[in-house]
Amino acid sequence: MSRTSRIAAPGVDAFRLQRGEPAAGRADRTGEHLVATHCCFCGVQCGMFLRVSGAGAVFGVEPRNHDINKMKLCPKGVTAYQQVNHPDRLTFPLVRDRRGDPLRRASWDEALGRVVSEIRRIQQTYGPDAFAVYSGSSLTTEKCYLMGKFARVALRTKHVDYNGRLCMVSAAAANRKAFGVDRAANPWADMLDAQVILVAGANIGECFPVTTQYFWGARDRGAKLITVDPRETALARTADLNVPLRPGTDAAFFNGVLHVVERQGRIDEDFVARRTVGWEATRAMIREYTPERVGAICGIEPGLIERVGTLWGQAERAMAFHARGIEHHIQGVDNCLSVINLVLATGQIGRPGAGYGTLTGQGNGQGGREHGQKSDQLPGQRLIEDPGARAYIAGVWGIDEAELPHAGTSAVEMVHQAESGEIKGLIGICNNPLVSMPNRQRIARGYDALEFHCQIDFFLSETCDRADVVLPGSLWAEDEGVSTNAEGRVVKYNKAADPPGEARPDWWIVCEIARRLGHHADKFAFSSSREIFEELRVASRGGLADYSGMTWERIESTGGIFWPCPSEDHPGTPRLFEERFAHGDGKARFHPIEWHPPAEEVDAEYPLRLTTGRTVAHYLSGNQTRRIGALVQQTPRPWVEVHPSLGFAEGDPVKVLTRRGEATYPALVVETIRRDTVFIPYHWAGAAAANIMTIDALDPTSKIPEFKVCACRVERGEHIDAIAPPPVPPGALPDVAGAGGIADDRPPPAPQGRGTAEA
Amino acid sequence: MRERTLFIDPGRCIGCQACVAACRECDSHRGRSMIHLDYVDAGHSTAAMPTVCMHCEDPVAPCAQVCPADAIPVDADGVVHSASRERCIGCGNCVHACPFGVPKLDLAEMLQYKCDLCYDRSSRGLAPMCASVCPTGAIFFGTYAELVADRPKAQAVDVFGFGDAVIQTGCAVVVPADREHSVVPGGYE
Repeated sequence: MSRTSRIAAPGVDAFRLQRGEPAAGRADRTGEHLVATHCCFCGVQCGMFLRVSGAGAVFGVEPRNHDINKMKLCPKGVTAYQQVNHPDRLTFPLVRDRRGDPLRRASWDEALGRVVSEIRRIQQTYGPDAFAVYSGSSLTTEKCYLMGKFARVALRTKHVDYNGRLCMVSAAAANRKAFGVDRAANPWADMLDAQVILVAGANIGECFPVTTQYFWGARDRGAKLITVDPRETALARTADLNVPLRPGTDAAFFNGVLHVVERQGRIDEDFVARRTVGWEATRAMIREYTPERVGAICGIEPGLIERVGTLWGQAERAMAFHARGIEHHIQGVDNCLSVINLVLATGQIGRPGAGYGTLTGQGNGQGGREHGQKSDQLPGQRLIEDPGARAYIAGVWGIDEAELPHAGTSAVEMVHQAESGEIKGLIGICNNPLVSMPNRQRIARGYDALEFHCQIDFFLSETCDRADVVLPGSLWAEDEGVSTNAEGRVVKYNKAADPPGEARPDWWIVCEIARRLGHHADKFAFSSSREIFEELRVASRGGLADYSGMTWERIESTGGIFWPCPSEDHPGTPRLFEERFAHGDGKARFHPIEWHPPAEEVDAEYPLRLTTGRTVAHYLSGNQTRRIGALVQQTPRPWVEVHPSLGFAEGDPVKVLTRRGEATYPALVVETIRRDTVFIPYHWAGAAAANIMTIDALDPTSKIPEFKVCACRVERGEHIDAIAPPPVPPGALPDVAGAGGIADDRPPPAPQGRGTAEA
Repeated sequence: MRERTLFIDPGRCIGCQACVAACRECDSHRGRSMIHLDYVDAGHSTAAMPTVCMHCEDPVAPCAQVCPADAIPVDADGVVHSASRERCIGCGNCVHACPFGVPKLDLAEMLQYKCDLCYDRSSRGLAPMCASVCPTGAIFFGTYAELVADRPKAQAVDVFGFGDAVIQTGCAVVVPADREHSVVPGGYE
């Protein structure tokens, strides 16, 4: 973690900008002003300007020449601002008098009074741990920090977790095991120096579109690209090598690649000896993974494994990236470790053009998991069972260490505990598990079994729509705070508008509940988001994710600061592991990985593999993007992607069945998917929601669900299942632009959506 | 081609439609995109291609030439503008005349709309919205020298053949550097 690291790799300065940032000149002419901020959606965290009219209304977007995105934006980023004055916004609190009654408007006093009395009743009756907090990572880091502190100090419950549990936790656990710290090793600009880039289970063009410029920039400079995915994505279309492996076989594949590298004598023995521990056991393991054996497991030509191994092994500088495609598995942590083994064995880390990274799905997926809302962690990536960490954080919070709860359970487990009656009450914020969590029927049973459920959101999500109390919170553009992108770079969101109507900043709502509860109420006397950040700096000091040297001003005056940043004169740490890893001895760890099949193997009844993922126009459970007209127009509904060999024609109703449920979709017939695999995008609710079918098997370490593979069969259906339009609060009319495409049964012509001729 | 112009590089396109979304943000036609985005090989590949107005140079703007109302101005910079609202009679001649299929007719308003190279931006030296946001460089705004400096494997062509007619355009399309330099066949065979 050298302090001399450069933020930009050599060559990044030659990364050509489109001419001119609009900024001042245009604003002067139109009487508007521009608020410099970042996008609320994925882990790229593109810089953008929000256009604010002279009357104070957010009405548009302008490209911003931030170091991350160089003015680039994706269709979600361009339209993100349309949430701000959206007619579906929650503008007053809602309560439900009895289950089965509709939600009705309530005052803040009534709604908060109900929340507080139910928390007290449940905790007095069943104990403090009977009340849970389920948070999310699309919040600013200040709010994420606050949610962890709120659960542990105000509620004294061990049950707090976050929706990164559905996203990044496998990679986080693997990074921690191998490197001793959970962060991408390199800034993306390092890609421009790489000779080989390997991307596994990451649909870059649709999930992290703006990162594509780094991949294409690397190829312009001569880099070779390897993609690993059962679907031929837009990035894979022109890749030098594309590996269309069978879902659920990633660890076998990477063992096979390392086998080839080792057989060809391309191990960096010096790096392995100086900087790692445990290579011999891994070497013995990968010797069993011959290309022939791996080819049979993965359903690919053995020669392809040879070619990937040869290309990777010969590179002086190579980088590997992965995302949910290899992480959403019961062997998710192992899959990540099998990639890391390859990186470590060839010494491809800690240098410009040599490195490794995982691509966070949520905007603040990184920052949101490292400051204490994860069930087993305290702020600064501290482990909650580490006595030193407990003592330090208890000191920062001004409580007795004995008062600090111990580790709780993970997100999906908490809902299962609600089903079994162990958890009786829950406050949710920044998540929509009725659409996002696997095996929806069981998730619904869990939420229905709660005696009390409060949800904080800015739109009425499907999950809000079943809650007892809904509190109207704030959008990213209505508050300020920091977010940490997939590189580990901390950026600053700025406020462009007030929350509408009676809606309030999320941190105000949480602090107000704590104040009314009265237990350590003085620990929540924050009057601004900045005060929370200042406390977070102190809480992170000395931890792995050390933000203590950052100030909002420093973050804004640079292209963002990479943690760790332990003092105000420290430049931040764009590239990790240049000299040492974060384990006590400074060395990285190999982990021998034995591949095993997914939780549900195919059989005669369910002979195909179902995999799920995103499409470019939508984000997570779609609670935001299903309300933006342009995005709905691009991709109005889900489909099932099938290979022509299955015998369906474009648009046919195809019923997908798993052991958990079934739904009928229009067929998108493509040659770009494996014959034995079908794909459904997961952003929609109602009868066509993907989580009716997905399996709730969890990785034993990370507790991530196996969204990326389960057994299914397909058959000709009768009627295409409708999607449910996004719920709206009482009194609001459904947004015409947003709901416009709902009744449409056609599949898109391509996974990226409808062309302008079809829309 | 124009000195500083749009280059379309379909090999880099990921079909995300950021260009379409950004085009809708233009102050002169908010809510309406002038970009055509097609999934050109649907079912077989994820390939996609944006089409913008090519701002034809020679012959100058077939759309303007056939306009009976003389509604489509071509300015001194060579930018072929949208039909003026005051003059356009919604006849659709320009739609039929354009070899690239660019102009669109709004049948409710009986008015033509097409890309004007974000004239409010490009006339001040700023990139059009589509090129500003394109995450991949599939739409690039700059000079030919800048393009080939960044992309050694690229060359740009600005001459397209439609039957006997050959058109030289103000915007250009990127093709592989090893492609023989000749007229690009356009239209349907």
